[in-house]
Amino acid sequence: MFYRENGQFKTSYRADLALFPVAQDRWAMLALAAVAFVAVPLLASDYSFRAIFIPFLILSLAAIGLNILVGYCGQISLGTGAFMAVGAYAAYNLQVRIDGMPLLLALIGGGLCAMVFGVLFGIPSLRIRGLYLAVATLAAQFFVDWFTNRVKWVTNDSSSGSVSVRALQMFGFEFSTPTQKYLLVLTLVVIFGLLARNLVRGAIGREWMAMRDMDVAAAVIGIRPVYAKLTAFAVSSFIVGVAGALWGFVHLGAWEPSAFGIDKSLQLLFMIIIGGLGSIAGSFFGAAFVVLLPLFLNYVPHWLGLAISTATASHLEHMIFGALIVFFLIVEPHGLARLWATGRQKLRLWPFPH
Amino acid sequence: MGFFLETVFGGLMAGMLYALVALGFVLIFKASGVFNFAQGAMVLFAALAMARFAEWFPRWLGFDSAVLANLLAFVAAALCMVVVAWLVERLALRRLVNQEGITLLMATLGIANVLDSAGQLLFGSATYKIDIGMPKDPMIVLDKVFDGGLLLSKEDMFAAVLAAALVTTLTLFFQKTATGRALRAVADDHQAAQSIGIPLARIWVIVWSIGGFVALVAGVIWGSKLGVQYSISLVALKAFPVVILGGLTSVPGAILGGLIIGVGEKVSEIYLGPYLGGGIENWFAYVLALAVLLVRPQGLFGDRIIDRV
Amino acid sequence: MQGSNFTRVTALVAAGLSMVAASSLAQAQAAEQFVPLLVYRTGQFAPLGIPWADGKQDYLKLINARDGGVNGVKLTFEECETAYDAAKGVECYERLKGKGSGASGFDTQSTGITFAVTDKAFVDKVPVETPGYGLSQSVDGTVFEWNFPLMGTYWTATDVMLQDIAKKEKGSLKGKKIALVYHDSPYGKEPIPLLNKRAAAEGFEVLLYPVTPPGVEQKSTWLQIRQQRPDYVLFWSAGVMTPAGIREAQASGYPRDKIYAVWWAGSDHDVKDIGEGAKGYNAVTLQNSAAKDKVLDDIRKFVYDKGQGTGSAEGVGAIAYNRGVMISMLQVEAIRAAQEKYGKGKPVTPEQVRWGFENLDLTADKLKALGFGEMMRPIKTSCSNHMGDDWARVIQWDGAKWNITSGWYQSDKTHINALVKEYAEKYAKDKNIKTRSCS
Repeated sequence: MFYRENGQFKTSYRADLALFPVAQDRWAMLALAAVAFVAVPLLASDYSFRAIFIPFLILSLAAIGLNILVGYCGQISLGTGAFMAVGAYAAYNLQVRIDGMPLLLALIGGGLCAMVFGVLFGIPSLRIRGLYLAVATLAAQFFVDWFTNRVKWVTNDSSSGSVSVRALQMFGFEFSTPTQKYLLVLTLVVIFGLLARNLVRGAIGREWMAMRDMDVAAAVIGIRPVYAKLTAFAVSSFIVGVAGALWGFVHLGAWEPSAFGIDKSLQLLFMIIIGGLGSIAGSFFGAAFVVLLPLFLNYVPHWLGLAISTATASHLEHMIFGALIVFFLIVEPHGLARLWATGRQKLRLWPFPH
Repeated sequence: MGFFLETVFGGLMAGMLYALVALGFVLIFKASGVFNFAQGAMVLFAALAMARFAEWFPRWLGFDSAVLANLLAFVAAALCMVVVAWLVERLALRRLVNQEGITLLMATLGIANVLDSAGQLLFGSATYKIDIGMPKDPMIVLDKVFDGGLLLSKEDMFAAVLAAALVTTLTLFFQKTATGRALRAVADDHQAAQSIGIPLARIWVIVWSIGGFVALVAGVIWGSKLGVQYSISLVALKAFPVVILGGLTSVPGAILGGLIIGVGEKVSEIYLGPYLGGGIENWFAYVLALAVLLVRPQGLFGDRIIDRV
Repeated sequence: MQGSNFTRVTALVAAGLSMVAASSLAQAQAAEQFVPLLVYRTGQFAPLGIPWADGKQDYLKLINARDGGVNGVKLTFEECETAYDAAKGVECYERLKGKGSGASGFDTQSTGITFAVTDKAFVDKVPVETPGYGLSQSVDGTVFEWNFPLMGTYWTATDVMLQDIAKKEKGSLKGKKIALVYHDSPYGKEPIPLLNKRAAAEGFEVLLYPVTPPGVEQKSTWLQIRQQRPDYVLFWSAGVMTPAGIREAQASGYPRDKIYAVWWAGSDHDVKDIGEGAKGYNAVTLQNSAAKDKVLDDIRKFVYDKGQGTGSAEGVGAIAYNRGVMISMLQVEAIRAAQEKYGKGKPVTPEQVRWGFENLDLTADKLKALGFGEMMRPIKTSCSNHMGDDWARVIQWDGAKWNITSGWYQSDKTHINALVKEYAEKYAKDKNIKTRSCS
């Protein structure tokens, strides 16, 4: 009843090609933006910024990047933690070695370095496919783990091998309060999200999806596999690199190489599978699932008044998390995004049955 | 020269240990098409079961003999792995028939989470001992020929022999027995196998039980070396390059891959490592596997990937 | 089927979101002193984390049961599981820092989490105690206002090891080869600056052997050691790397009595399963954590006998457990010192507890009265010295138990103080921190 497209006629190509063609979608997006930019900063506590919103947003950005590679282009990668690390360390080096480096440029620089790295480690994808590629990308992961530990200039000759960033400042403005950090991250995520959405519905996105579905056929009709695969790696690593820089700068503040280990890579892979491969919105859903669920499970014993030890609680939390992953994969292998899409389809008819 | 031989030999032995773990991956992939990310968790679960039962049985049943305790614990742990296999098939695999590889991979990651935590909840998160009487002291040979002699590890050689025996048994099983043939049929095409009457569910339980048994053997060997604790599940990360180098579907490939990766790791760490500051063997193994894959994308003995348009 | 799944899932998600939102709002306020307990009872380092956490909690329970709290103010505590993960540690920190009258101090139990939390602690004004771990240069209180590496740092541990070795080598290390087998992470790399400095000054050679975490397979490291034949090996390992390393040392025939392990690699669980194979393995203790003392008896009497024990009664007295007890004691004494200054019998704020940490003066008599007469030697912290006095002993595994095989060592500050100054200055410059003056 409310979600009908009746009466919405497009009178120009431009209107037809809009990102959100249905007016209700546009309103919903604007409402969401209003909530995110206005309501949340006013209502949320510092704790929820630092422990919920900021990690959720940064991880959704990384998930968007990984989704482009895995969901849209079909190249399974287990080395995402490495790309995040490269982005973070590169941004750190730019900030530390160049005085007065604006934050945004440092982040973008980190993304660019991660992009170069991603393309380099994406070259094997031209020859290796499927699960073999997945395990081969672990080479990137472990290499970066070693590199950031061993090579001194990466950590600016830090004695301890860990790095810590200075204040986040850009053109004189300093991001020090959680609310400011949240708004910074939110802005970046919104921009990158829209850019990614646009990219995947353009020509290059179609090339990626063709490579994913049937790469031999795609090559036959003239899509260059080298170009498609390497651009997928490039764009994906850029976004993941920026997300990694944000993770280090905004969320952790100071980190050692193990912060971007294989657990992070697997966590991101969880997010995009649960959220939905090949869907930008799915990246957000998946990130919400992975960030919020452990916190939620942490609180359940409190509310039920059960006095269980932290170890038992932690183990149960892991078990329930694992079981829910399997449950979701059984119930909806295409992820939460598909559930959402189904919901929207139903909403178009509601309250009528057909 | 002596030291080089020692390094190579050490690498071969380490490689066999990796191959033990890799075997589980290959078996399960070969027969159910699932890359079992939960293999490390299965090794942990099996090792925990073995260690704890070996500790509990003497207490519950009131006897003293360590040999008997180990034997009973081994049987009990094997039964546990069969139960795990049955549960995994019943609750997860049955409903994920025909899904894409990556979905199944993620499902096994979820199962890994469950197994890790369930194992620690049931059996505890501290360190536990597995003592099957393996000789721990070094063996030095040829000390007249080489200065200082060549170091051989009796424990590792024992593990290598065990791995070889396991591989031979499994290869014979796959080639010669009816169940083995059924397993290969299922790996080839689930639907075709079902249509000629092969009970898919039972086959999968068998496959995962064998995978679990292999995990148990690997868990006992590694547990006897490291002590049984959560980190044992991380030996799976050492086994991945072995699996892809040898080919995901080849049992002899797992062994050969293990030997190559083992030697490659040790030689690179000892001879190349000092120039790069050390600690390179982890990523070198993966880079080595990657290099081989660039030449042979299916691994050394894997099934050729045939593209159908 | 699709529709009902959809509704099921939506309901679940909505419920979850509302619960998280609700819980993040109010925190109960009470006139008690809150101590957050960041622990890892799961994950790679659980075997170390579990007794540590038990010890920390049991001592707080003892103070409540035996003394009725600190001057009548009961101690409340809450454990938060970090699994040694930095992001989880940050989440726990954020959740617990404002609880009650404010968190009395964070023992993060991890160098990685310490890094992530230190910057935030500066802003949130919460003390972070890092006894026996963390940044070795955080001894300098003029730069690290909120960090307290009490009882010892990795540099003091290295120094003590070298002292014990020098004793065995008749006073001189000249011409010797000392290898460092270390966990390839900031934790493992900590001793390197001091080792290099001492090597340059005293003429011994340092061989570095990093082991990639988690370190389950160390054949290449110990084969190299077999070839290079260092006179001694300093072992900076953690978790499964410890038993893996000791077993590999056994398998390659390197004499275990030439190995010196830092305190995190010298707990009971590291060697008890190896038994005879680890005979001779040396470790350095934080103060005298391998001893038995009156406080342990008190814990058994007032906590375990009443059924309130956190872990099992057999765990009381393990080395890792004792460390936890000592750490909690320092936390409680800091609270007590803060109360002396800011008002006895009332809860104190984190800033006041920080003052307490900075003005600890635990004399031998006080320690004896608290039940630590055997386990600890006097500690006195000050504005410029956030470590207090470091004391350590060397223990050795004889195949069945640990024996204390040396007297009390205190590190030689000649090189350490210079290093602390140098690194603290660098840190202050990097982070734009204005050093305090300690007048």
